[in-house]
Amino acid sequence: MLKGKSILEPMDMTTAELEEIFDLADEIIANPPRFAHACDGKLLATLFYEPSTRTRFSFEAAMLRLGGQVIGFSEPNSSSVAKGESIADTIRTIACYADIAVMRHPKEGAPRVAANSTDMPVINAGDGGHQHPTQTLTDLLTIRRRKGGFENLTVGLCGDLKFGRTVHSLIKALSRYAGVKFVLISPEELRVPDYVRRGVLEANNIPFREVKKMQEVLPELDVLYMTRVQRERFFNEDDYIRLKDRYILDAEKMQLANENMMVLHPLPRVNEIAVEVDSDPRALYFEQAKNGMFVRMALIMKLLGIEVE
Amino acid sequence: MIVNSIERGIVIDHITAGTGNRILDYLKIDTKKNTIAFIMNATSKKHGRKDLIKIENVTDVDLTVLGLLDPNATVNIIENGKIVKKINLELPKTVTNVIKCKNPRCVTSVERNAPHIFHLMDAQTREYRCEYCDEIVSMKNE
Ligand SMILES: [Zn+2]
Repeated sequence: MLKGKSILEPMDMTTAELEEIFDLADEIIANPPRFAHACDGKLLATLFYEPSTRTRFSFEAAMLRLGGQVIGFSEPNSSSVAKGESIADTIRTIACYADIAVMRHPKEGAPRVAANSTDMPVINAGDGGHQHPTQTLTDLLTIRRRKGGFENLTVGLCGDLKFGRTVHSLIKALSRYAGVKFVLISPEELRVPDYVRRGVLEANNIPFREVKKMQEVLPELDVLYMTRVQRERFFNEDDYIRLKDRYILDAEKMQLANENMMVLHPLPRVNEIAVEVDSDPRALYFEQAKNGMFVRMALIMKLLGIEVE
Repeated sequence: MIVNSIERGIVIDHITAGTGNRILDYLKIDTKKNTIAFIMNATSKKHGRKDLIKIENVTDVDLTVLGLLDPNATVNIIENGKIVKKINLELPKTVTNVIKCKNPRCVTSVERNAPHIFHLMDAQTREYRCEYCDEIVSMKNE
């Protein structure tokens, strides 16, 4: 049962619960007006202890499109947080007014502290480099809508596989489906951390390969998940400059890929996908962003236990 | 070495040699108020070398903490000079406010009142995982 639950990491949901959320998201996409009043009278609190316009807009748009209302803050300086209030006290106070809360926080596990302090559902909208479950829901929904499911897919992940938390969550979530294979494309320095390689892939006997070149593996991929190399992850500017342009997906490389390969990206991109790829029907990253709002609508409804006739 | 047996209290025996100090530390037994016998590196038929702790007039210690630090130790409760209870220790599934999370990015570094909670991840390696940030610590002695 999803009603009343907090969602702090993707593995908080069983595969059956994921299917429930995706089924509802599909219904919403098919007929948005049917859900325009699903959350009438309900209030979502968005607690953003660090700015993230993209994620906050996606949640706020989701609630507003369900007929609900939104309160919250988007920078901690303007709030009681600046006066040193604890997360536990803040969430208890917010729970007096709101029905559900979304939290983004620079510290790992902050939404867990919040969820442990209240009965109100709390959704983690990113806690430092730790978890970002609604991004994973977005990725999975986009794959499911195109491929019909997750079994037997060969999924390539490219770029920064070391620091990219969306990559780690996606690998973890997909590792629960039969026949999934991974091709991990990255420079030596940005390979997946040990807890993913040993703890998830090897522990579950999931086939995977680590390669340095994108071209050679493109023909076999069903999904290519691109990521951006983030400047703030590097101590050394030279390392960043050396690695950031290593993988650029362009029209020429797209010719090597099979005709049904999906290109995904959590956005924002810098230059790792050339703009010329945007018009390729296999480029699905903007559709992915739109799905992000729909899947958040579905998640909010499920956690509030709301059904529509 | 011979230490007189106690009338009433607790004997923690078969402690892995070298762990006794840490156990006294974590149990927060007031070493000024209580009479304590602490033997390091005693020879044991079973274990080769061991530590041993006797605490007079104390019969309740935190068994969870003991299990966490040394699940192989044994605990005897003494009343009127006799063993009235033998306790076998277990690795606890969850410990609260015993291990501190050392990850500087963990929320416990800023949220002062949040309890430090760790969950058992792997009994073999005695690895525990932080409730909040998933940081892993091993409780095994080096
Ligand atoms: Zn922690």
